[in-house]
Amino acid sequence: MAVTSPTDTSIQPPRSRLSGVRRAFAPVSEARGMTRTMLWLGAGITLAFVLIAVLAPVIAPYDFDAFEANGKRFPQLAPPSRDHLMGTNVQSTDVLSRVIWGTQTELKVVIVSLIISIGVGVPLGLFSGYFGGKLDRVLVLLMDALLVFPFLLLAIVIAFLLSDRVGQGILTAAIAITVVYIPLYFRVVRNHTISIREEPFVEAARALGARPLTIIRKYVFFNVVQNVPPLATLNAADAILTLAALGFLGYGIQPTEGAEWGYDVNRAVSDAASGIWWTGLFPGLAIVLLVVGLTLLGEGLSETVNPVLRKRPIAEVDLEAASTPRVEDS
Amino acid sequence: MTEAPVVSVRDLRVYYGTLRGTVRAVDRVTLEIGAGEVLGLVGESGCGKSTLGRGILGLLPEGAVADGEVLYGGRNLVGMSDRELRRFRGPDLGLIFQEPMTRLNPLMRIEQHFAETLKQHEPGLKDKEIRRRSLETLGKMGIPPTRFNQYPHEFSGGMRQRIMIALALVLRPKLLIADEPTTSLDVIVEAQILSILADLRRDFGTALLLITHNLGIVAEACDRVAVMYAGQIVEEGDARDVFSEPAHPYTRELLRSTISLDTTELHSIPGAPPNLITPPTGCRFHPRCLDAMSVCATTFPPQENLGGRRRVFCWLHTRDERVGPGDREPLEREELAVAEEA
Amino acid sequence: MATVGEPRPPDAQADDVLVAVRNLKTYYGLRGSFRQRIFGRESGSVRAVDDVTLDIRRGEVLGLVGESGSGKTTLGRTLLGLVPATEGSVRFEGEEITTMSEPELRRLRRRMQIVFQDPHASLNPAMTIEQSVGHPLEIHGVAKGVQRRQRVAEALETVGLSPAEQFIDKYPSDLSGGQKQRAVIARAIILNPVLLVADEPVSMLDMSVRAKILQLMLHLKHEFGFTYLYITHDLATAKFFCDRIAILYLGRIVEIGPSEAIYEDPKHPYTKALLRAIPEPDPRRSVPRDLPRGEIPDAARPPLGCSFHPRCPAAFEVCGWESRDLRDLLEGRWAGMSEDEYEVEQAVFGDLARLDTSSTSFRLDARGGHSSAEIAALLERIREDDPEEPFWRGVRRISANDGYVDVELNAPYAPRLLPVGGVQVECNLYDEDALRQVETLTVAGS
Repeated sequence: MAVTSPTDTSIQPPRSRLSGVRRAFAPVSEARGMTRTMLWLGAGITLAFVLIAVLAPVIAPYDFDAFEANGKRFPQLAPPSRDHLMGTNVQSTDVLSRVIWGTQTELKVVIVSLIISIGVGVPLGLFSGYFGGKLDRVLVLLMDALLVFPFLLLAIVIAFLLSDRVGQGILTAAIAITVVYIPLYFRVVRNHTISIREEPFVEAARALGARPLTIIRKYVFFNVVQNVPPLATLNAADAILTLAALGFLGYGIQPTEGAEWGYDVNRAVSDAASGIWWTGLFPGLAIVLLVVGLTLLGEGLSETVNPVLRKRPIAEVDLEAASTPRVEDS
Repeated sequence: MTEAPVVSVRDLRVYYGTLRGTVRAVDRVTLEIGAGEVLGLVGESGCGKSTLGRGILGLLPEGAVADGEVLYGGRNLVGMSDRELRRFRGPDLGLIFQEPMTRLNPLMRIEQHFAETLKQHEPGLKDKEIRRRSLETLGKMGIPPTRFNQYPHEFSGGMRQRIMIALALVLRPKLLIADEPTTSLDVIVEAQILSILADLRRDFGTALLLITHNLGIVAEACDRVAVMYAGQIVEEGDARDVFSEPAHPYTRELLRSTISLDTTELHSIPGAPPNLITPPTGCRFHPRCLDAMSVCATTFPPQENLGGRRRVFCWLHTRDERVGPGDREPLEREELAVAEEA
Repeated sequence: MATVGEPRPPDAQADDVLVAVRNLKTYYGLRGSFRQRIFGRESGSVRAVDDVTLDIRRGEVLGLVGESGSGKTTLGRTLLGLVPATEGSVRFEGEEITTMSEPELRRLRRRMQIVFQDPHASLNPAMTIEQSVGHPLEIHGVAKGVQRRQRVAEALETVGLSPAEQFIDKYPSDLSGGQKQRAVIARAIILNPVLLVADEPVSMLDMSVRAKILQLMLHLKHEFGFTYLYITHDLATAKFFCDRIAILYLGRIVEIGPSEAIYEDPKHPYTKALLRAIPEPDPRRSVPRDLPRGEIPDAARPPLGCSFHPRCPAAFEVCGWESRDLRDLLEGRWAGMSEDEYEVEQAVFGDLARLDTSSTSFRLDARGGHSSAEIAALLERIREDDPEEPFWRGVRRISANDGYVDVELNAPYAPRLLPVGGVQVECNLYDEDALRQVETLTVAGS
């Protein structure tokens, strides 16, 4: 460009790229009141569980299927004691260890499920929303049909069908939940994409000569992505419940692969009649606590990110301190 | 004008808090609106004119505090509970906005809108009377009775604005506050709406506070004008006088920078409007004023009455003995940094 | 001298034409009923641009002036290839745009750019100023990394965002409206385009900021020789900024010519009305009272003949009268009446919906116990109440028969764009053929 400018030829390099990400989530720090409580409480609980999962090899007293240690066999259905803080179950395995190792299982399935759902749902939503046309019509019909299904039923059917091929396990449970969640990401991303698509700055990008993929990547994606985290946390909460339900019904993880809370609760049902409470209570409590934590986080994020629900931060006004002096009349 | 004013605003302040500090949207405004007159409140965006208009009606955003007096019918509206204020809003004080769709429910026919409004404020009215009054008001706005039972979306933008005005006027308020009523309309439709508004006194006996950034429509439609800058009134008077001989430098510069059919050269005001959290000391316009003196930076000018209900807040016009020759020295300051440009 | 047949744009000089538009039409299909929508069929179309022919000469500033619904925005977009043309031709530097594919158009986008109306929405909120303004450089592979940043800094300085360091890493929400618009302009000029389309670039800015942005645009024109297409509804800024002006109404050019000619001596009644309606901060002025009634009609059902005729104070016999005009006349009359009088008259005419067509001859059935003679008499009385009403000039014959009244209107004469004085106008008042048409009507008599 034939511009002669008076500035020097050097110019400072830009700030780090992270500033953009930080900006996208700035509203989080502005949250107040109930929203803030939900956010921090939910995040705290979730983080605690994540830590437990990561540190499981270190903090779990025994393996998830260990029924003896130091040559001594564990007692069967023993109430909580110093050796077994949460007692033992009918297979003589330590309940506490199973709860801790179970955290890993839950988180594995959540992560796999999120990766697949988001990886499929979000791009489909972006393309469908941006390009429209026949592709969009077909996809919407398909996704809406999937949403109609009662998803636990769907998950069971898929787990059943896949159990022959993939083998029961984390992947099966994850896929089962995924299929149900893809339409949700799809719908949320597609709808937001459609509204962003009409914005002047997107038209401006077209006018600059940008290709559709570039526009989707740089102009649409970052303005749409903030809808994903709230949905992801709720997705995670649902995934855990589904896995637990599958485990309860016998379609979840095989006992040899790892500890799973739902399976344990299933096993504990018969114990309850005999007044044995510790085998069911602790895994059950773990399920409830993690799901509540994720849900709180999800609701908190959703209120923060949604500009309609978001309350503008209000500060106190001190009339006297800020005031200008009274106007004199001449 | 010997009649008592419809609304008397005295030393009104509207402040609201943000994370960055207290915003002084309206900072000690005193104003009177006479019965049946058309007062134009003009200023650029962010000067606080909309807040002032709503502040008069008590329609303030959450977290805003108001102080001072808004006298109507002998009562002070500032500090009244919302429930009490609601009795005034509508039958006494009306408000119309820029976007006509804000008050029109897309699911209700026009006749239902009128029925709802009238029944709420005049519960004793019979249906026949409701219909008669509605049609009469709509007729004055040029809306034919054949369209009385249509839905809002069946009307164009200009007609919707007329319906909005009719809805406000059917209650025969003493004062109508119009906040940028024509900004989103085309120029011919705008002129049509303005002629309706200019005739309010003749047709309805209603006073009008016309809030806008467009000097042209104020000059054409208003009896008097008040110019607002950074939350304060800087000049007020008869529209003809103010526009032919502006007293305040801001008014003068605003007129010069308005592009009209006679414009031969472009003028603009250097710098940008100040933020209302930390406005400049003294006269708020002094950083951008070509006639600024050293006193302007330190002390806020007192009101100077220029005769005939004309007043201005500017040291240039003050015949105050307290202002010595030293104070009247031109203000020295650095060149406005280019980055300060709007 | 009337041009018939091959349309010719005003004062064409072939060699310095940058953009040549010929008989351009851009129609939008309307989504119809529910059933039609399921099957993807359309019903009716909006003629956003309805047969426009003009040239944009290199180095000039051409103004497209019109209100909403005039098609000016669509025309600007069609010229850039952002909206597909339905029919007609647009040649940019000799190349035909309307048939180009998206990749071919993208190549051309280096040479033609657009500045939008809303500075608050034209910049991606998720990109910094450097990323936004520098994006064209990346897209067209001109510069990357440090070089890109350097060129962005230069562009920012050029548009007055100085010092560039202060703005280059900011996000749009950190800037004021005027500053954002400057950034948008920087983005538009960074590749040194040949044509700049400015779509209402200052209408969302405050008065004092408008002048600054217009000053900038003028400065850029003198400095870099841009050709501008300035789209606006504001005749005041158009007068100041443009060399030639085209006035648009409902997708057609109604008047086009050099700025001074348009402003000193406007020919088309719509142009005259626009000029009168502009609010002026002149203390001696008051609100104009003699303005055309009504508003811009629905573009999906444009009026017959001349689109402006329902509002035109000077409309005459052949301007395109139709049954809808009678409906408008009655509605306007009834708006000013008391309820009782209105009911009496309305009972005679019945439901006006049957007048909601574009017919030049129609029938009013006598109903509800009222005879056809009553209808005819009422029409006559309405005419006597306001004999100046242009509609009556369009009535050829009203005959009362047994049980119905036949109303016959004159056949419409579609106005043509013709040279008058120093400009071109599309208005029957200046068309000798149209005026001759009236004579034949008078001679035939009725």
